[in-house]
Amino acid sequence: MALIKAENLKKDYVNGDVVTPVLHGLTFSIETGEFAAIMGPSGSGKSTLMHILSFLDRPTGGSYEFEGKDTVKFDDGYLAELRNEHIGFVFQAFNLLPRTTVLDNVRLPLIYGKKKNHDRLARKALEAVGLGHRLDYFTNQISGGEKQRVAIARALVNDPSVIFADEPTGNLDSKSGNAVMEILQKLNDEGRTIILVTHEQDTANHAKRIIRIKDGDIISDEPVKKRILAKDGDALEKVKG
Amino acid sequence: MNFVSTIKLVFRTLLARKGRSFLTILGIVIGVAGVIIIIALGAGAQSLVLGQITKLGTNLLAVQPGMSNEKGPPSQIFGIVVTSLVQQDADALRDPGRVPHAVAVNSGVQGSGTVIWGNQSADTTFVGTQYTYPQIISLTMKEGQFFDQQQGQGNANVVVLGSQVASDLFGQSGVDPVGQVVKVKSVSEEGSGGIPLRVIGVIAERGSAFFQNLDDQVFMPLAIAQQQLLGIHYLQSISIKVDSADHVDQTIGDVKAVLSQQHHITREVDADFTVRNIADAVSILSTVTNALRLFLTAMAAIALLVGGIGILNIMMVTVAERTREIGLRKAVGATNAAVRNQFLFEAGALTSLGGIVGIIVGIVISYLIFLLMNYLGYDWAFVISLSSVLLAVGVSILTGVVFGLYPAFKASKLNPIEALRYE
Ligand SMILES: Nc1ncnc2c1ncn2[C@@H]1O[C@H](COP(=O)(O)OP(=O)(O)O)[C@@H](O)[C@H]1O
Ligand SMILES: [Mg+2]
Repeated sequence: MALIKAENLKKDYVNGDVVTPVLHGLTFSIETGEFAAIMGPSGSGKSTLMHILSFLDRPTGGSYEFEGKDTVKFDDGYLAELRNEHIGFVFQAFNLLPRTTVLDNVRLPLIYGKKKNHDRLARKALEAVGLGHRLDYFTNQISGGEKQRVAIARALVNDPSVIFADEPTGNLDSKSGNAVMEILQKLNDEGRTIILVTHEQDTANHAKRIIRIKDGDIISDEPVKKRILAKDGDALEKVKG
Repeated sequence: MNFVSTIKLVFRTLLARKGRSFLTILGIVIGVAGVIIIIALGAGAQSLVLGQITKLGTNLLAVQPGMSNEKGPPSQIFGIVVTSLVQQDADALRDPGRVPHAVAVNSGVQGSGTVIWGNQSADTTFVGTQYTYPQIISLTMKEGQFFDQQQGQGNANVVVLGSQVASDLFGQSGVDPVGQVVKVKSVSEEGSGGIPLRVIGVIAERGSAFFQNLDDQVFMPLAIAQQQLLGIHYLQSISIKVDSADHVDQTIGDVKAVLSQQHHITREVDADFTVRNIADAVSILSTVTNALRLFLTAMAAIALLVGGIGILNIMMVTVAERTREIGLRKAVGATNAAVRNQFLFEAGALTSLGGIVGIIVGIVISYLIFLLMNYLGYDWAFVISLSSVLLAVGVSILTGVVFGLYPAFKASKLNPIEALRYE
């Protein structure tokens, strides 16, 4: 059973009389444990697709099965629960809460869930991204690379089935970006499913599979031949130092 | 998301924006403090009025010469001298067959004058009255006696001093006033030396009632004041003490009947006297203070409303500013209800905080007013009723919820993608 199974998935944006078709009927599936990149030029519909797959939005046509269940019947409350327990998000703009500590940012998904021991789980997630020493810093006191690692810790904290990362390195310098990619690769090595959205070939080459999109259609879907391993650059150590 | 973590979250948010939170609650603080102060003022004023009624004497009727609307001011205020009321009227009212429920009848005149002892002098009000005066007004003597029937009707040259007059004249020297001879003269007889009167008593301190200092008065037999000081034969007022409150109305009727007969008046419109119930006069005053209280309460309600609109305004701004935060919270699993509750609690917490601060401010100011009024010599009570506190808190929380509802609802309906894209 595939983790994600999309069939003829469509999305039209409707603003009054204006209908903008963005996704024209995509069919693909992603298995548990994969590291897939959705790649394409700006405006091709990558984010739109990611929002649908991560239950932030609904398709306007086709079907989407998650863990074997048709998602069309899920109500808003259940979608919120799915996002909380099964999905981790990493955004290009980090989206951390201002005037809030690193630890509290990572605890955020837990306060909407059923788990206990919030502090212990949040610490563990922060240690996994190498930020065990920044717990009580406020988000305006850390670097961009550290912010994105906090965001990854927040995505991890609820032990989700899949992590979605939308242009996670888009706002970072190459060293910090490399550190982020290294963490994502490490998480995938530990068995976590990662779906990476990017418009850059280099970034996409960190994944194991690339689904190429152009103007709302899949134009290719193949494994990465020359995979880049971020660890080779040893960038994480440098950023940490 | 449970209750405790919502509360924690809300307080963390508000503390992170202390300055704005404070400004937001200012309107609520003013409104709530206003409600508390106004209710405390009302209770204080009521205790003052009740205290003054007892000082003047309860179940008391006052007859004044001249016709006036009973609810309006007496005609003397306008400088009209009416001489229709005489001692025979008072004597007629003493007849138990005609006015059965009068326990005491007392006639009087008064004027402004000076009391002199040695080289000390005091400007004061002199009252010519009858020996029955202490039965009408609850009086406590500090020293000596009030004049008795024999002294009163015999026009003895005696005087009883109010406590302030006594201390003005004798305070410095420490001489016991009782037994001393003072001279009293009226303002109208400038130049004369005044008439000598022997002090036979000093009245204990009474304070003031209706803006008149009751301690700044001296009392002497009626005829002395009438003939030797004022040079008149008529009376300025007759006071009648009724045996119980139930008989006040009946006695008013009896008094009118007797006086009409004395003055040969057949039609009520021709009456040349006015009978007033002191309690009625007080209740007129209460009507005025009640109207004032209503007005002030309306002002406080408006302050609360304005405070509520301030909350609405700030919550709208807050929701707009925190669009990305709301989008993020929804992305990581916040339900619509969780977001709505967060903002509703925020508004509620702001107004409750405003309510608490307002209560403290209101109580402190009410207490300061209490101190001031007591310093000025009024029997002012410090009353903070539980109901006024509950009312203020209830209204402020309600304000927060009512005015927080729309912004909270708006926040909960935000689409997470649009919210995350929001710049
Ligand atoms: N809410 C919307 N209403 C109308 N058009 C939209 C909306 N959101 C995105 N689009 C359009 O859909 C297309 C795809 O957007 P997006 O998925 O963000 O692309 P990408 O992430 O690949 O850059 C763009 O042309 C964009 O303008
Ligand atoms: Mg995009």
